[in-house]
Amino acid sequence: MGFPHTSHPRETVVLSQYFGDPGALSYAGWLQRGGYEALRQALGMTPDAVVAAVKESGLRGRGGAGFPAGLKWSLMPKPDGRARYLVCNADESEPGTFKDREIMRWTPHALLEGCAIAAHAISAETCFIYIRGEFTDPWRIVSAAVEEAYANGVLGRDALGSGRPLDVILHRGAGAYICGEETAMLNSIEGKRGNPRIKPPYPAQCGLFGMPTTINNVETLAAVPHIIRRGAEWYKGLALGNPKSTGTKLISVCGHVQRPGNYEITLGFPMKDLIFELAGGPPAGRRLKAVIPGGSSVPIMSADEVEDCPTDYEGVAAKGSMLGSGGMIVMDDSADMVYQIWRLARFYAHESCAQCTQCREGTAWTVKVLERILGGKGKEDDLQLLLDLAENMTGKTICVLSDSCAAPVVSGIKKFRGEFEAYIARARKPALAAV
Amino acid sequence: MSHGAHGAPAPPLAPHEPVLVGETRAKLDQLLARYPTKQACLLPALWLVQEARGWISEGAIGEVAAALGLTPAYVKGVVTFYTMYHTHPVGRHFIQVCTTSPCGLCGAEDTMRALLRETGCEELGATSPDGRFTVIEVECLGACGFPTPVLVDDDFIESVTPAKVPEILAKYQANG
Repeated sequence: MGFPHTSHPRETVVLSQYFGDPGALSYAGWLQRGGYEALRQALGMTPDAVVAAVKESGLRGRGGAGFPAGLKWSLMPKPDGRARYLVCNADESEPGTFKDREIMRWTPHALLEGCAIAAHAISAETCFIYIRGEFTDPWRIVSAAVEEAYANGVLGRDALGSGRPLDVILHRGAGAYICGEETAMLNSIEGKRGNPRIKPPYPAQCGLFGMPTTINNVETLAAVPHIIRRGAEWYKGLALGNPKSTGTKLISVCGHVQRPGNYEITLGFPMKDLIFELAGGPPAGRRLKAVIPGGSSVPIMSADEVEDCPTDYEGVAAKGSMLGSGGMIVMDDSADMVYQIWRLARFYAHESCAQCTQCREGTAWTVKVLERILGGKGKEDDLQLLLDLAENMTGKTICVLSDSCAAPVVSGIKKFRGEFEAYIARARKPALAAV
Repeated sequence: MSHGAHGAPAPPLAPHEPVLVGETRAKLDQLLARYPTKQACLLPALWLVQEARGWISEGAIGEVAAALGLTPAYVKGVVTFYTMYHTHPVGRHFIQVCTTSPCGLCGAEDTMRALLRETGCEELGATSPDGRFTVIEVECLGACGFPTPVLVDDDFIESVTPAKVPEILAKYQANG
């Protein structure tokens, strides 16, 4: 359902079925809606069988990287007596993305059920759910659901009568985009600054408190109960011609559209229809100019590229961008691309953890050069300077924050070069006070 | 440190009043029992301090460090990494307004200006003369489909437009 709107007939409603339904919030209400059946079923299966089912379904990580979820689980070493952790990434902070927030505020038990099944699959007895500090409502709602889950024996010493313990601890972030990066998140839980870690070792080998750890996104975990209950074959069948991108995905559509919101589509759904038919397209009299399809960290697509693009991992990649988190930022012909790219660069400069020089310096200088251009003081070689900076910010740092800042700059200059040149040629009124 | 006018000595700093006491300390102890290491309670402990006092002072940093077996310098390094912890007192109502691109496309900067004007803060990061409000601009609040999201204390308010600002503020003005 395209919350906050009523469901569109072309949506495939799985995760979003109870968005907007306050009755689904309580434990009792969740049971009435078939909740915790999948967990019961999963607890009757061996961990390996659960992993195999999720592998078979084709479910890929919905946080942005698109890594196969079942494969990720299977990378955990065999239990050897050490503690093992599941971490749920609920630090949704990628500009353009607001889907996990809806999952948490309408179906908190769906998330807990997914966490419990995943914990069983990887034989973890403790799950941390890391919720960004600004998400006050999801925090309250998930906290209440956790309490109810303990009270009803879903969590605790003998989780759902399985004879195995499962603890869920909610951990509140405190304002840092970078903590959505999985190893930064581990540091943050450990009580450190949220600096990403050098990999390898990967979290499955050496994760939270040095123990084997799996980190999954909220939407990924919320999809798991459906796969267990309805079967991997059913999930795999939710595809539109591309067997590598299966299932449904919540796409957050925002910016210049008439009906912003979350839309749940079968992967492969035409991007053009999603933007124009489901989200209503740009306001009357305006034309589509550009789309950032996967949260702000991915290359910008032009309106032409949207025309025949399927909304799935491979389809968007073929257009030179990424599906990422599925946060779609739509811009119409009123958008000043130089200004928007500057605003995004400012975001990354603010959120850089500053441990890698290329990122700390690169994001800051990118902002400065863009400010010079927008202030009417741009120099002829500024675009080359921005591209050189971007080159030095790509693939050279511990995490991809720096690459994410470079992506809109490089794609923006490539696709909307004329707008930059107009500022530099003083053919356009400065948008910022000169610096 | 500057001295008072006419060479008079500056008034002594108020002594730090312990914050990790009573209920706040009890809450921290509950957390310590759940986490595998003491240090992992650092972010939750800082939240407890901020909930109790409204901000995190040098004295409170020292208390948290002592409680968790860390150095004050380490704790300060963590406090200053995260933007939601206040290292100085703020207004009685703390307002965070998102102006990142998706909201920016939908008029977030106008909403921000309306908040600055109507609260009397005038400047980002400043506190209004009556001490009631502090307004800051923040990066992405994760509600881009509801432009402009504004967080007032713990109240997450969606779809704020300049026209709605006076009505939203009225509630907080009535409650002090």
